Amino acid sequence: MKVTEKDIKTVASLSRLRINEEESGEVMEQLDRFLNYVENLQSVDTSKIEPTTYALPMQNVFREDEVKPSLDRELALSNAPLKEDGYFKVPRVLEE
Amino acid sequence: MSLYEKTAHELHELLQNKEISATDLAKDLFARIEEKENSINAYLETNKDRAISSAKKVDEKIAAGEKISPLEGIPCAIKDNICTKGIRTTCASKILENFVPPYDATVMQKLNSQNVVILGKANMDEFAMGGSTENSGFKITHNPHDLERVPGGSSGGSAAAVASGEAIFALGSDTGGSIRQPASFCGVVGMKPTYGRVSRYGLVAYASSLDQIGPIARDVTDCATILNAISGRDEMDSTSANAPVPDFTQSLKSDVKGLKIGLPKEYFVKGMDPEVEKSVRDTVKVYEGLGAEISEISLPHTEYAISAYYLTAPAEAATNLERYDGVSYGARVNGADVVELMTNTRTEKFGEEVKRRIIIGNYALSAGYYDAYYLKALKVRTLIQKDFTDAFKNVDVIIAPTAPTAAYRIGEMISDPLKMYLQDVCTVPLNLAGLPGISVPCGFTQNKLPIGFQIIGKALDEATLIRAAYTYEQTKNLANKIAG
Repeated sequence: MKVTEKDIKTVASLSRLRINEEESGEVMEQLDRFLNYVENLQSVDTSKIEPTTYALPMQNVFREDEVKPSLDRELALSNAPLKEDGYFKVPRVLEE
Repeated sequence: MSLYEKTAHELHELLQNKEISATDLAKDLFARIEEKENSINAYLETNKDRAISSAKKVDEKIAAGEKISPLEGIPCAIKDNICTKGIRTTCASKILENFVPPYDATVMQKLNSQNVVILGKANMDEFAMGGSTENSGFKITHNPHDLERVPGGSSGGSAAAVASGEAIFALGSDTGGSIRQPASFCGVVGMKPTYGRVSRYGLVAYASSLDQIGPIARDVTDCATILNAISGRDEMDSTSANAPVPDFTQSLKSDVKGLKIGLPKEYFVKGMDPEVEKSVRDTVKVYEGLGAEISEISLPHTEYAISAYYLTAPAEAATNLERYDGVSYGARVNGADVVELMTNTRTEKFGEEVKRRIIIGNYALSAGYYDAYYLKALKVRTLIQKDFTDAFKNVDVIIAPTAPTAAYRIGEMISDPLKMYLQDVCTVPLNLAGLPGISVPCGFTQNKLPIGFQIIGKALDEATLIRAAYTYEQTKNLANKIAG
């Protein structure tokens, strides 16, 4: 098995997903089977190949820096799970 | 023939000539929805009052003697990952269950400027991750040709609605085959345009370098008309192509004489349903009979496409889906602190397949594994793209199956994600290479399930795809049969 329990803990934390101890074994096994599945890539010689992130050629796009109307504040907050005085509200972040 | 059975171009004539009203048309579609929706489940949301009020505006225009545009008053379904201002857009995810977009996607601005009639939002695999619509967080859509079978996915609701007469056309999105495969499973026409041809602004992101919005329709003519309506450079999407948009309806010509068609031997894979293979090979003979030049070609890196795709797409998804944190929109499950709030929200509200892909993506991107997995996949992507570039030096289009099988049974694949990923073998290479592809119906299996074939074109050459697809459709007259 390539994947370790520590890997799962790290990835779960990076993903902000909770994987409890019962699930951990199954997730490990699934990820391991997946990695075996994509192992065939390792047989391709890519030593002189550049990576492609976008299929079409992309270049920087410039525009004038002008003030344009943007989303109204109330509308921007309209889907907030919790809001107060025009702000998104979350549990306390900083310790006293 | 009932109104819901007609194509958009037929209905346009009837509307313009005042033989029918847009209001009656919308009512006819809702009667059909009431009849079929219980057994098909194509929609996550419909709204009759809204549709009829849009239709009335079109009728006023017609009554005033104004000319209407080709899609004006035409009832359609919109995949639920396309933002519709004021209309709930859930991505079939519990995490967006109550999300009402405060803005329209660019494609919706474009369709609304033509006064289309939105019937509702179509079901899909959650966040477009899947090929059967079984990963929807809310309901399972049934294939109109056989209710025990899947409609394909992820745009399964869109394809099922068009196939069953619950919509005249639909918009879908295609990241690895999610327009073309359900179109083939449901016996309708579906096109993934070139990456960048259609703005992605307002399309909920799954894998940004692969996602593309496109039409699902009853025939090639409607497909061309919809593509005309939604294409073009958009300053809100910096990846949209800065290229002129031809009038695609000009390509609705029955002529493939001298067209060079390549058949990639790697796409006729082991495990492919022999009925599908025969149907696609028969299709090629039709083209040959019409004067096209057929040659076998090789796309040698095809066998690596699934691996490259299933590393690239989850990596992009893991990053894109970071935004669902329970803070500014979407569902929230409380916690003692912010990290616990985010973790609770995501753990409880994302479905299994979405979580699986986030885990794969973050693993492939994490320190120590990035080079071996993510970067490797991007390099193989270069080779897959080069295969196509080389092939298109000698051929104008490539023909292949859309999917290795016809629609499978609900529940048949869902327990084995790796087996399900293999279904995408004929569709994902195009997304990796950014190329356009259209799936066109070409026959039925003995079980009366639709089969589709795929025409693949050069970047930004949708016009040739439309001409080739139209020619076949005119010859075989297979499109535009309502199921059920």
